[in-house]
This record gives sequence, structure tokens and C-alpha cells, in this order.
Amino acid sequence: MTDPDSITQQSGMALRVRDLAFRTGALTLLDGIDLSLQPTGITVVMGPNGAGKSLLLRLVHGLAAPTKGEISWGGALLSPMLTRRQSLVFQKPVLLRRSVAANVDFILRARGRRDRRARDAALARVGLSAEAARPARRLSGGQQQRLALARALVTGPDVLLMDEPTASLDPASVLMIERIVTDTAAQGTKILFVTHDIGQARRLADDVVFLQSGRLAEYSPAARFFETPRSEAAQAYLAGRLRV
Amino acid sequence: MSDISDALHMAGQLVLHRDADLIEIVALSLHVSLSAVAIACLVGLPLGALLAITRFPGRGAVLTLVNALMGLPPVVVGLIVYLHLSRAGPLGFLGLLYTPTAMIIAQTILITPIVAALSRQVLEDLHAEYADQFRSFALSRRQTMQALIWDARYSLLTVALAGFGRAVAEVGAVMIVGGNIDHLTRVMTTAIALETSRGDLALAMALGMVLMALALGVNAAVHGVRLTAARQAHA
Repeated sequence: MTDPDSITQQSGMALRVRDLAFRTGALTLLDGIDLSLQPTGITVVMGPNGAGKSLLLRLVHGLAAPTKGEISWGGALLSPMLTRRQSLVFQKPVLLRRSVAANVDFILRARGRRDRRARDAALARVGLSAEAARPARRLSGGQQQRLALARALVTGPDVLLMDEPTASLDPASVLMIERIVTDTAAQGTKILFVTHDIGQARRLADDVVFLQSGRLAEYSPAARFFETPRSEAAQAYLAGRLRV
Repeated sequence: MSDISDALHMAGQLVLHRDADLIEIVALSLHVSLSAVAIACLVGLPLGALLAITRFPGRGAVLTLVNALMGLPPVVVGLIVYLHLSRAGPLGFLGLLYTPTAMIIAQTILITPIVAALSRQVLEDLHAEYADQFRSFALSRRQTMQALIWDARYSLLTVALAGFGRAVAEVGAVMIVGGNIDHLTRVMTTAIALETSRGDLALAMALGMVLMALALGVNAAVHGVRLTAARQAHA
């Protein structure tokens, strides 16, 4: 079921980034990023460490302000109202010092909802129903990340941003999270997924944004990116050749 | 030496037999100090949270001021409250001087900066951990403050305890604004001072024992709560 007012479906474009740059002091961390993403599916953002992947996610979520350029979602410039319709899952989940259920309740209440059914459904979706009463910080790493995902999904975001959410998890946890991500995408939520795990990118991506040293090296459909990458940087990355 | 042991023996008797005067003084002390702590927390915790999450020009000066106010001399606070509540003062018409309410006001003024300054530090550390997540949630300032105070509740108990310790052990301010009136405004510290000056060491010693027991008891209770919270991974 998709939301007719979804920001990703109001126009044919989910995310449009024009001439985006971010500088801090003398350092240029992102520069000249131009990008137009499709309104649905999973876009994987790849690149070596320090390429600017996480920063790009923070910028499109409004957690950092660009030095130059503009970001729009569904044709509207990024605003607090639009960022409320996105959810971000961090690499290291930041869980409140409360029970599992209370962590999900928290974001619902913050949005003016007291909806136990939605909370229970979100926990069931990530396989944490049996852990609802446990202190969130007592969960395993994989469970904590799934709880962060439940919290991100319970508000029904139009866009789900994920910053290396499986970076330190075991294969079983990675698989569970990937399954939830693909299910979520299939239900119409646009997903931006940062990873530098090539195998994971192959499993998830509909299209790939490849960054290198703060610049957009390539943006291609996944099949083309993995079979015939156009940029030298992507070719080297996929071949496992280190580039500094 | 025998004076001290006699006093200790008599003090023990007063405590064991739940001497009416002793109970009355202890009860008033608790009423005044706990009320002051409650009001100080109502004011100081939101103030500490606000200072923890906001950045504004002059914030450093405000923090320095709040920290400095932690060391307010009780007699000075007592004197200022006295001047305001005395018949000629701006609040004299309220008729609060030499009442427990005046004592609560004085103690609240003394411990609110303690609660605000210590809670600011606790909440700022927690906010450093939560800040990005809360911004991602698009929480309002009020929601952020409420969430921080709730999640730091076990650490903030220690802050409240510090305030209670300061209030219940304080003598200068309550002496000035309460007047140490028997059966009306006499609390443990003022009674100890009075009975010691009168040579009635037994009652003074008994009150001292109760005061120490209270301090130990409250500390133990808070420590127990924190340990339980840590075991449950809520702390």
C-alpha cells in the first residue's frame, strides 16, 4: 500500500541534488554532486572510506547544511516538514535507556500518536515481539539494529536512509536486515543504503551511486554498474584495487 | 569522656523511645528539605536541560554564573530572603517570615543552582550521545528536554541527593528566616546548634545521630536504585 501524498511519488523524482558541496575549513568533503534518483527502489551509495557517503546521507536528511547547492525531494526543497517524512538508521544504533517497546513508543508519541498496534506490528516486522519488555541496551548488536529499524519504520516514512546499518553484524543478522529492507522497498518506500560491502550492494541495489574523494564518480543501474562500470574509480574498487 | 558517653546513651534512649520533640523536629526538617528539593528539581532540571541543549551568545558566562551560585553562602541567602519577607520588605505582606514556608524558600534558592548546574553536566553528556538521533526524529526542544531528563533519571537522582544533602545539613539560612521557634520552625540543624549552646548534649547528639542516619539512608537508597537500574541496563 503506497501513500498517494508520498514525497517520493509526487513527481517522477525522489531526490534531486544540484551542484552540492560541503566544506569545513580548508577541507572539501563533497563537491559538485549532481544527482537525480528514481522515486522507488533501493539506491546503494558506495565508495571507499572517506568518499563522503555518510555525509551525503546527512545532507539529504538535513542533519548538515551544504556549503553550496540544493537538495529537493519530490520537487520540493528540503525542509523540516520533508525530513519528518524520512527516517535515518545510523551505523551504530542510538537506543534510549528504556525497554524495546518504549523505544518504539517514543517516536510514535513524538509524532503525536499513541498506537500500541503500530508498535506491536513494527516489532513483529523485525522479529522482536518476544523482546518487547527487555531493556533495549541489553539486546545483541543485531537485535539493536533491528530495533532501530523498527523505530525508523513505525512512522511509515516515505524515504528510509541507512548508513552502513550492517557494518558490524554477523551474517545471520545482516540477512535479516536485508530481508526487511527489500520488503520495505517492495512496499513503496524509497531506500538510500550506504555500504562498502560489494556483495551486499549486489544483493540489494536497484541503482548505485559511487563516490570517490567527495565527488560523484558514477551513477548507474545496478546491473550495469557491476557488469561494466564506466568510471575508473568504480572499476578499481570492484576489482579490489586500492586507490588512494 | 563520660559526658560524651552519657550523651550518647541518652541520645540512644530518645531515639529508641521515639521522643515526641525529636520526632517533631525530624519531621519538620524532612518536610522543609524535601519540599525544597522537589521545587528545586522542578525549576533546576528543566533549566539544566535547557542549558545543556542550547547554544547562545553568553552561554559560557551563564554557565559560570550558575556554577558559582552553587557556592552561595546560606547566611547570605537567609539574609536576602529575610529582607524580602520582613514586614518592611517587598513581600512582607505575605506574612511568611518565621514560617516553614520561608525556610523552604530559602533552601530552594540555595539548592536550585546545584540541581541546575549538576544536571546540566549530566544532560549535556547524554545529549552528545543522542543529538543526531533526536535531530533525525525532528524533536522539538521541549521533547528533547523531556526525553533527556527521563533517560538520565537515575543519574539525576544523585543530583537531587546532592541538593537534599545541602538542604538538610544547612543551618544559616533556616535560622535567619525560620527563627528556630519551638514547635513551629525548629529543624534538626537549628535545634542541634541551640541544644549544644544550652548544654543539652543528649538531644543535640540524638538529632545528630538521626541526621547522620538520614544521610546514610538516603544515600544507600539512591545507590540501590542506581545499581538496579544498571543491572537492567537502563542507566
